[in-house]
This record gives sequence, C-alpha cells and structure tokens, in this order.
Amino acid sequence: MGPEGVSPGTEVDKGRRRFLTLATTGVGAVGAGFVVWPFLASMKPSERAKALGAPVKADIAGVEDGQMLTLAWRGKPVWILKRTPEMIASLDKVKKDLADPDSTVDQQPKYAQNATRSVKPGIMVLVGSCTHLGCSPTFRPDHPAPEILPDWQGGYYCPCHGSKFDLAGRVYKGVPAPINLKVPPYRFDGETTLVIGEDQAAA
Amino acid sequence: MAIVPNPYKTTGFLGWIDDRFPLTKLYRDHLSEYYAPKNFNFWYYFGSLALLVLVNQLISGIILAMHYKPSSAEAFGSVEYIMRDVPWGNVIRYMHSTGASAFFIVVYLHMYRGLIYGSYKKPRELIWVFGCLIFLVLMAEGFCGYVLPWGQMSYWGAQVIISLFGTIPFIGPDIVVWVQGDYIPSDATLNRLFSLHIVALPFVLVGLVVAHLIALHEVGSNNPDGVEIKKHKDPVTHIPLDGIGFHPYYTVKDLVGVAVFLIIFVGVICFAPDGGGYLLEKPNFQEANPMVTPEHITPAWYFGSFYAMLRATPSMFASALPGVIVMFGAVLILFLLPWLDRNPVKSIRYKGNLTKLLTLIFAIDFVMLNYLGMQPTSPTYTLMSRIGTVYYFGFFFSLLFIHNFETSKPVPERVTG
Repeated sequence: MGPEGVSPGTEVDKGRRRFLTLATTGVGAVGAGFVVWPFLASMKPSERAKALGAPVKADIAGVEDGQMLTLAWRGKPVWILKRTPEMIASLDKVKKDLADPDSTVDQQPKYAQNATRSVKPGIMVLVGSCTHLGCSPTFRPDHPAPEILPDWQGGYYCPCHGSKFDLAGRVYKGVPAPINLKVPPYRFDGETTLVIGEDQAAA
Repeated sequence: MAIVPNPYKTTGFLGWIDDRFPLTKLYRDHLSEYYAPKNFNFWYYFGSLALLVLVNQLISGIILAMHYKPSSAEAFGSVEYIMRDVPWGNVIRYMHSTGASAFFIVVYLHMYRGLIYGSYKKPRELIWVFGCLIFLVLMAEGFCGYVLPWGQMSYWGAQVIISLFGTIPFIGPDIVVWVQGDYIPSDATLNRLFSLHIVALPFVLVGLVVAHLIALHEVGSNNPDGVEIKKHKDPVTHIPLDGIGFHPYYTVKDLVGVAVFLIIFVGVICFAPDGGGYLLEKPNFQEANPMVTPEHITPAWYFGSFYAMLRATPSMFASALPGVIVMFGAVLILFLLPWLDRNPVKSIRYKGNLTKLLTLIFAIDFVMLNYLGMQPTSPTYTLMSRIGTVYYFGFFFSLLFIHNFETSKPVPERVTG
C-alpha cells in the first residue's frame, strides 16, 4: 500500500476518520462503564445475607437488675442491660469526663437521644462494637476499678485499645474511640419483649 | 526502530527459534550482556531474594489452594486438615506462612538499600514507583492471606482493617458493607478475600515485578557509590568499564545469598515455624468467633509500624479518619521520595554527616514504631508512637533542604572497591 491520498479519488477525509474513531471510542467507553456495574454490584450483600440481617426478638423477663444480656444481631453483639437506680445515677456523675455527654453525634435513633440514651431509663440497648475499630468492649460494672480509671463508676472497657464508655455507652475523653457506642433501632413489643432492628413507632 | 529477527545470526535449532522468537536476544539483553556495576555489596542480595520468595509463595500457594476451603464454615477446619492429614501439608503451609514474613523482611531491606544509595534518583524514579506499588500490593496480599485461616486473629484483624473504610465521610459505612458483602466480616468476605489473594493480586504483583525489572534494565543498576557506570565505556566494545555481565558474575554471587537465606529460612520452618507467636499468632489457633474479641488484637508483625502510626493519631472532629490518613500517607509518601530528596549526591557514602545521622535515626525509628505497633497501648507507648510518627514524616520532608546545611564529600568519577 502506498501513502495515504496518493491515487486520485481515494483522498482520506481525516476529519471524518477522527470523528468516527472518537465516536466509536466514546460509545465503547460508555458500554464498558455499563459492564463494570454488574461486577461492582455483585459485591453487595446477597439476598441471603440481607435475609440474615433481619430483626431479632429478645425476651428480657428473666434478666435481673444490673445484669446484662448479649445477643447477636447482624452478627454483632447487642447488649441489653437492666440498669439499677444506682447505675442510672452514675450517668450524671461521670458527665464531666465524657466527650459527648449529650449524644449530639448521630449514634442513636431520635427516641434514644436523651439523658439515659434509652426508651426506658432502666433498659439500655447498645451495639457492643467499639467505635474505634470494632472490637467488643468488656462489661465492667464493678467499681472502684483503679486499673481502668481512678474514679470509675462502672461502664465498658475496650481491651483492644483501651477505650472507655459509661453505662449508657457514652465515650470518655482522651481515648482512641471518637464517638459514643451505637444504639440500634429497637422497640418494645409488650413489657418484656424487645425487637432489635425495628424502629419504635412514632410516639 | 525496526525489529530485526535473529540479530545474532544463530544457526541450527537455536537459529530456528531466534528467527521466530528473540530467545538469544533476551538472554543477552537481560543476563549475559546486562552489565551491572562491579561493586555491588551485601545490600544487593535482597532483590534476587525477593524474587526467590515470590516463587516460593506462588508454588506453595498453588498447593495450599488444592486443599484449602474458602468458606467460613470450613476454612479453619481445612487448615487443620492441611496441618495434620495432607502429606507434607504442615511443611508446605509453614513454607507459605514463613515465606510471607520473609517477603517483608527482604523487601524492607531492599527498600532500605534503595534509600541509602539513592537508587530512586533520576533516571530511576519509575523503578522506585513500581517498587512502591509492589509494596502496596504486597501489603494487600499479606492482609488477605492473614484472614484466610479464619482464626480469631484473622477475623478480628479483618474487622479492624475493613472498618478503616468506615472512616470515609458520608459513604464509609456503605463502603464497609460493600467490601464485606455483608453487615459483618462473614463467609462472603472470606470468599472474596480468597479470590483476591490467589487470583487478582498475584497477577498484579507479577506484572509489577516485570515492569520493575524492565525499568531497571532500561536504565541500568545503581551501585553503592551512586555513580553512573555508563559514563565510562570501553571505546571499542561500548561495555561500561565498571560493568560486569549479570550472568555469570551476579547469578553466582546471588547464589551465595540464596544459600545463606535458605539455611535461615529452612531453619525457621523446621525449628520455629510459629516464630514465637509472630509468624503464626496464638489467637489464630482458635476458630473465628464474632462474639468474642481476643484480649489484644495485633496486626501481622510486618504492619507494625503503620499500625502504630494509626493508633498514635488522635481522633478529630468525632472521626477516626485522621489516623487512617496518616497510616496510608506513610505508605504513599514513599512514592514521592524521588522528588522529595533534592540532594545532588546519590549515595549516602558521599552525603554529609547530618543526612547520615537522620537516616540512621529513621531506620531506628521505623523499627521502634514496628515494635510499638505490636504492643498494647500505654501512655508512654502512645507518646513514643507520636514522636516516631512525626519523625517518620519529618525525615522525608527534611530531605528537601537538609543538604544545604551540611558538606558533602566529593563523589568519585568511577566506582570504588
């Protein structure tokens, strides 16, 4: 083959050629974009995983005062703590040492954004997963416990990186965890049954 | 430049091949007539050793994948099966797990060599950048592999590392669910990390190694004196006067390194396969349990420095994002090294005393951070980690100007020794 445009009648229209090349490449790129989507979307939770993430029921009739029940919701530990009046009183005492005592960061449903971070002050529901890097803190209601804090009033202590939380899951100042523990969506189904994972009907 | 088939005019069977495939040309260009400086020292063993470990990982990995089951129900049991019932299974697994640690040791030493002799400087910036990419992929590969046995440390390590994505503002939590394919690290997560570990990442890794070597052979190796051997060539043969053919001279030298390395490597496999809990962590002898967190979560030892920097950074604006940025920044700043170092002198041999001192402290700092990253937190350790982190970044930025405050030694024309 000779150089382009040598023989008469076969001049190359370079503008047209460039337009067609660009148009084809452009359409191809859009097509490639559409092909990427199923690959990325296939990595989302499957229908089975979503089904396993459904709400769970908890019967708290047998839980004593000051006792904590742990159950699994979406594979994470959920704590249901029956707080004694003394425990509820401790929430005020530790307030000055907390990073976010008034729960301003959105870590709880609206109906739990109050002084006790709960629907009923005596029942505390928390996701037992540290807001630092997801370890499960240890329940430490015992006090005094000078190895944790000189003025420890009971709460949760994370064994991984030493984060501390009070009995409403509120984080102490100066620890690795940045925000309070999460309160999951939950509602009461009668007096002694809790449904974790479903929101309270608007009161 | 046109491709000339069979430029060396070989004949016979070899000639038949060379007419169709550049076998002789490749052999000469990359082995017998790839001229490397004659003054390579101890530090130059680690490149070829990294290649050896890569091959070890690929072969032992292929065999392990024949017996391993990537499901959360069976993974832990299948690893026990490999250890107890598969003929030679325990040895092959130890080759792979010890190989992972050996990989990071030789790569860290290889990178340190680059750092002290200025092997990242013009015209070798891309060799360094490809090397940094290799390191990044290696970290991802190490993490995925660490999760596969599905022990307690695998599980909680995965939880900690994947939750790093959760610190991205706004979309973080959704990204975590997408990465995990579930609301927690689960069967889906394990399965996809397996896929990445044995298919995607090794492909990328081998590709990058090839690019690293192509770039190296394009510009030629640096050396402990940091002088260009191509400046002084034999007028007739055009061979660098200070260059020797990679084969046989350095293949034979590297074989000595391989022998010493293998003595240590096999020694570890035979006598200390769990490396006192550092090569195989004790909590990983228990099956993963999402409801119970181990007492003390540590990353694999080779991530210690970066983990220390993550922990040393306090949360800001109710977010753990700054720590994640610092940790990834510590890896990404390596990519910028060729442009941060403004010192006209390449090798530390001829740099001033200040740079020598800062580089030595940098090495100590890195080892210290690595140690701290594996220890439980305490106020003293947190303070040390913070100082160490500031020094780590400060060192790289000091390279911009530090040479203005010191006197370099004269760089020789030709290599010494």
